Amino acid sequence: MLGRTANSIFWMFRYLERAENTARLLEAGFRMALTRGVDVANEEWRSVIVTLGLQAAYEAQYAEYSGSQVCNFVLRDKENTENVMRMMERARSNARAARTSITAEVWESVNESWMVLDQLLVRPVRETGLGAVLAMIRRAATLVRGATYGSMLRNEIYHFARAGTYIERADNTARILDVKYYLLLPSLAYVGSSLDSGQWDTVLRSLSAERAYRWLNAGRMDPRGIAEFLILDRRFPRSLAFCYDALAGNLASLEELHGAQNPCNAMIAEAAGRLRTATIDTVFEAGLHEFLVTFVAGNQAIASAISDHYRFID
Amino acid sequence: MSTPEPTFDEMREADGTIRPAYRNYCNWLEEQDPAEMRRKDREAESSFRRTGITFNVYGSEDAEERLIPFDMVPRIITGSEWRKLSRGIEQRVRALNAFMHDLYHRQEIIRSGRLPERLFSSNEAWLPQMVGFTPPGGVYTHIVGIDLVRTAPNEFMVLEDNARTPSGVSYMLENRETMMAMFPELFARIHVRPVSDYPRRLAKSLAACAPGSASDKPVVAVLTPGIYNSAYFEHAFLADQMGAELVEGSDLRVVDGRVQMRTTAGYQPIDVLYRRVDDDFLDPLTFNPGSMLGVPGIMDVYRSGRVTIANAPGTGVADDKAIYSFMPEIVEFYTGEKPLLPNVPTWRCAEADSLAYVLDNIAELVVKEVHGSGGYGMLIGPTASKREIAQFRDKLKANPKNYIAQPTLALSTVPIFTKAGLAPRHVDLRPFVLVSPNGIDITPGGLTRVALKKGSLVVNSSQGGGTKDSWVLDD
Repeated sequence: MLGRTANSIFWMFRYLERAENTARLLEAGFRMALTRGVDVANEEWRSVIVTLGLQAAYEAQYAEYSGSQVCNFVLRDKENTENVMRMMERARSNARAARTSITAEVWESVNESWMVLDQLLVRPVRETGLGAVLAMIRRAATLVRGATYGSMLRNEIYHFARAGTYIERADNTARILDVKYYLLLPSLAYVGSSLDSGQWDTVLRSLSAERAYRWLNAGRMDPRGIAEFLILDRRFPRSLAFCYDALAGNLASLEELHGAQNPCNAMIAEAAGRLRTATIDTVFEAGLHEFLVTFVAGNQAIASAISDHYRFID
Repeated sequence: MSTPEPTFDEMREADGTIRPAYRNYCNWLEEQDPAEMRRKDREAESSFRRTGITFNVYGSEDAEERLIPFDMVPRIITGSEWRKLSRGIEQRVRALNAFMHDLYHRQEIIRSGRLPERLFSSNEAWLPQMVGFTPPGGVYTHIVGIDLVRTAPNEFMVLEDNARTPSGVSYMLENRETMMAMFPELFARIHVRPVSDYPRRLAKSLAACAPGSASDKPVVAVLTPGIYNSAYFEHAFLADQMGAELVEGSDLRVVDGRVQMRTTAGYQPIDVLYRRVDDDFLDPLTFNPGSMLGVPGIMDVYRSGRVTIANAPGTGVADDKAIYSFMPEIVEFYTGEKPLLPNVPTWRCAEADSLAYVLDNIAELVVKEVHGSGGYGMLIGPTASKREIAQFRDKLKANPKNYIAQPTLALSTVPIFTKAGLAPRHVDLRPFVLVSPNGIDITPGGLTRVALKKGSLVVNSSQGGGTKDSWVLDD
């Protein structure tokens, strides 16, 4: 396949994953706002903006944090070049550029999702409509994922698609955990208080992990346990360890299909191996923040190595 | 406006009797519930949007994607009408290809005095780089679209030859798919010749034109200007259907004397390039140096016989409307036969008495620029305002050789589906023709374009035209 097409596939899936994770972050914030007082809610909205790396852009526009303002900024504000609608547009234009490499099912699921969201986001989103919009974004991602899984050949195109998904997902999980944990540090002293467990609940919800974690831990909220779950638990599909095992598999398949060694494969094998031998104690000894910052940089390096090795760009 | 002669309606005779071609269809239609038909009509549009069968509008700021309106009443041609038509098309395409070869070699047709030299020496589409060079397999016009109009039961005429890069074939294919999805029972009842194997035939025809350097499984690729091109959907569609790579100029490079594409496993050679990029942008080293869409050095590879470019550079000469006016002579010169398909009578304004006639009768005529396309830059006398006519007279007098004129034809009509029932609208037909050393292959049917506005004669999609599924009956 063409290097340019591989690039389009890779980014199409990165943008879809990013749009989904962004929607999930808003959903968690929205829930917090519904269950807490105004101050806590606004602080929560601020943390959403911080997690997305949009603090400077947001504060250039608005003086304060409020639910509808944050949601519209993140979803559709033209001043925010990284808004969700733009992510969907980029996912779709990459899909269009790679139209000959995806099935009609995948193309139509992306195109239809984009059409529906384009209509939903034509006007500012009101609080009453927010739930429907966020659900639609998540459904779009689910639809494309299902179409991809069910209709695509297991050739290099598929592996580039999955690689894009896991690179983005690992990045998002690490960033969300980093920001949330950092913001929650002051409250760590109050372990066990209801405010604290509510905050931790949001961290889990931001990653669609609340149900899984509850089942595995009989409802006990333990910050260290949550960090362990999100970083190291191979059963959870958004954990760093899960993403890297899967990514290692996709890159190994690419290496096999090409019949030639690639440097990105060695990088991921090493990184996945590190996650396999790590324990939550070693992570905390080195410092969670440092661990996550190093992880995000390493993840970026692997993405660049994939792009270089497979000639995404001339 | 009222057309000058009574219009020929392809479905009904003047007294309302259904013509034989439409009899089975109309019987079926009578059994349908009108409300259900209206619902299907609405569904068709959303299905086109979902599948992304859209075209981009040039010059529109937000790069808006539009749908070409689809009308669900088929345009029907009988088997015997088609056999006659396809003989005429084949003859014309054979002549076009021979004409191209001659123009770039000995120019016998000019030596014999049948064609004035000025016609191509002043033609920008004529490429000196092609002189003395014969493309692989001797084929210039690999894919041709012949625009036909009909004025009476047995009168089909050629309105235009599209030998450069004819587009629209994806609509021919998708319209049929849509019709089959909407009305499967109709196809069980009426036997329509299939069009769906066009992509396979295209792939086979292109592969048959591969240069000698290619292996027995030639690598074919479709070259597109990219996702913002108005016909991008079609480029992607054809590549996908053929199982060929869809490449852009930035994917290609000349390596080791061959045109190669950048794949995830390194550069790999291409044997046949079905290009949907104009000549001028093909090679910045030979043509437009500012072009980002082409491949530097591709013309050298081409001239060394190591890649096939389809259609061959320089075939656009045949799209010129002044050359068109000589097609009857051209057909006769190269085939030794009388043309089976007539031209629309054409006045060349470059000739003094023609110009005088056109100026006197401009209100009755259609005046076109010789290099124009897409229905732009033309005047339809009977519908034009006094001011438009005055402006065109000035243009004509200032640069007569830039124009031709034709009578305002009473194009045939076929009904379209409207909220108030069926209503006749003017149509044309573009059959698609494939040329290879193995022969000329015409897909039965083509693209029917229809002017959706009542009385309008302009069928171009850029100006409010729609399309119909075109049936050739298997009878």
